[in-house]
Amino acid sequence: MIEIFQYEFMQRAFIAAVLVSVACGIVGTYVVIKRIVFISGGISHAAFGGIGLGYFLGINPILAAIPFSLISALGIGAINQRVKVSEDTAIGILWSLGMALGIIFVNLTPGYVPDLFSYLFGSILTVPISDLYIMLVLDLIIIGTVFLFQREFLALSFDEEFSKVVGMPSELIYMLLLCLVALSVVVLIKVVGVILVIALLTIPAAISKQYTSNIRKLMALSVIIGGLLTSAGLWLSYVFNLASGATIVLVLTFAFGISYYLRD
Amino acid sequence: MTLNAVEMKNISLKFNEQSILHDINLKIEEKDFMAIIGPNGGGKSTLLKIILGLLTPDTGEVKVFGREPKKARDLMGYLPQSVSFDHDFPINVFDTVLSGIYHGLFKGYSENDRKAVINALKDVEMEKFKDRQISRLSGGQIQRVFIARAIVREPKLLLMDEPMASIDPEMQNSFYQLLSKLKDKMAIVLVSHDVGAVSIHVDKIACLNQRLFYHGPVEDAKEGLEEVYNCPIDLISHGIPHRVLKEH
Ligand SMILES: Nc1ncnc2c1ncn2[C@@H]1O[C@H](COP(=O)(O)OP(=O)(O)OP(=O)(O)O)[C@@H](O)[C@H]1O
Ligand SMILES: [Mg+2]
Repeated sequence: MIEIFQYEFMQRAFIAAVLVSVACGIVGTYVVIKRIVFISGGISHAAFGGIGLGYFLGINPILAAIPFSLISALGIGAINQRVKVSEDTAIGILWSLGMALGIIFVNLTPGYVPDLFSYLFGSILTVPISDLYIMLVLDLIIIGTVFLFQREFLALSFDEEFSKVVGMPSELIYMLLLCLVALSVVVLIKVVGVILVIALLTIPAAISKQYTSNIRKLMALSVIIGGLLTSAGLWLSYVFNLASGATIVLVLTFAFGISYYLRD
Repeated sequence: MTLNAVEMKNISLKFNEQSILHDINLKIEEKDFMAIIGPNGGGKSTLLKIILGLLTPDTGEVKVFGREPKKARDLMGYLPQSVSFDHDFPINVFDTVLSGIYHGLFKGYSENDRKAVINALKDVEMEKFKDRQISRLSGGQIQRVFIARAIVREPKLLLMDEPMASIDPEMQNSFYQLLSKLKDKMAIVLVSHDVGAVSIHVDKIACLNQRLFYHGPVEDAKEGLEEVYNCPIDLISHGIPHRVLKEH
């Protein structure tokens, strides 16, 4: 098992797993306790529009996905607060709109489109160094924001109406939380792909939530569990030569099943 | 000149074309202790939410200590009628009460805030549960925690929507004692269905069923109460034996 670390691509993959676990542990905790799983799924699929735009413009798709997923997060938040459309309808529309835009952009891109599959289904073994740096910066932004706004995020998640009553700018805080989801989606895309992102945002936190009732411990535990399970999935996918994103999701789901069984 | 805690002028509100509140004029003075009474669906919770700035009326004007409701939130404490939260939400009793205090973005909590939380928990006799996860409490215990969350910041206007729901008789008693201590420092408005208990303790009553049928001292509330409930009310009021007995 040790020898696989000798390959540079493997080292990079494990670094990616660590970076991913930070985003999914911290933001995933809020996704789970605030029950915004479906919204997060919408944001992650809408991000595919940004991937397509990146190909079309000839820039790094991950970079193009950042503004795109931020805008879709703000869009979903704004529709939720201002327009009289039910929230899940709005999410459904943006979800498919983002995917459709991505496909059209890819269509319009002349010539061969390399690694398109890796953005859809993930490919942790081929994460370039430059993307690792982007992921690191996004992780730092996420940690800093959560550190600064932890009181607001917790109050908003627990009792949104009361958070307004004590004077918090709850609508802005909610938008900010959705933006963090958007950034973590970008961190996760390369590893599990647009379609499977939601698994990493929910399962580690859902497992940890069974074992602690303190939000900081919950975040820490989710980061650790996310890191271990992602690495385990990565290793299995290497050994059995399976698609890495899907293997990671299977490992996560299996672990969730076991943890649920052990809890009782 | 002293500012009124609340001044409502010609407030009307409709939900889906249906009139919920009609032409409400209500003044709550700085040290008032008032109960809002009325049948289910009479608009009591809605009225509190208008005062809190959570709902905006279709017509009329609301001022809380002379300000827009949203600008006066630092002066208000609130106990909602019900809170729907996740059954295993990761928060303990202490932090729940602490969330009743807020100093603004980037401003953390001080040692005084933590003391205030402990004191509020003592007031509702929940101090020994301070580290317990909120979902592992009984319904009445959770209600007590939310009462503590409402009073912890020592608001100038305390709004409580059916505080006695699921509270046992012994705690109800100490709760009214607590309120009588607090009433010198703030205006208190509570929504209740227990006309008897409330009329012993509060100074003023507002009878609400879409319209405001009466608001004023408890002594004169009988007619308004009967009108709002559409049935005779046995009012136990100031100055009659119950009250005298209690004051021994
Ligand atoms: N979000 C809403 N949308 C539509 N109608 C609403 C909404 N909230 C309340 N209502 C209606 O407004 C009316 C007043 O509701 P409110 O909750 O203020 O009553 P209440 O006096 O507090 O009743 P209760 O004693 O049952 O708590 C009710 O008829 C209710 O159906
Ligand atoms: Mg009500």
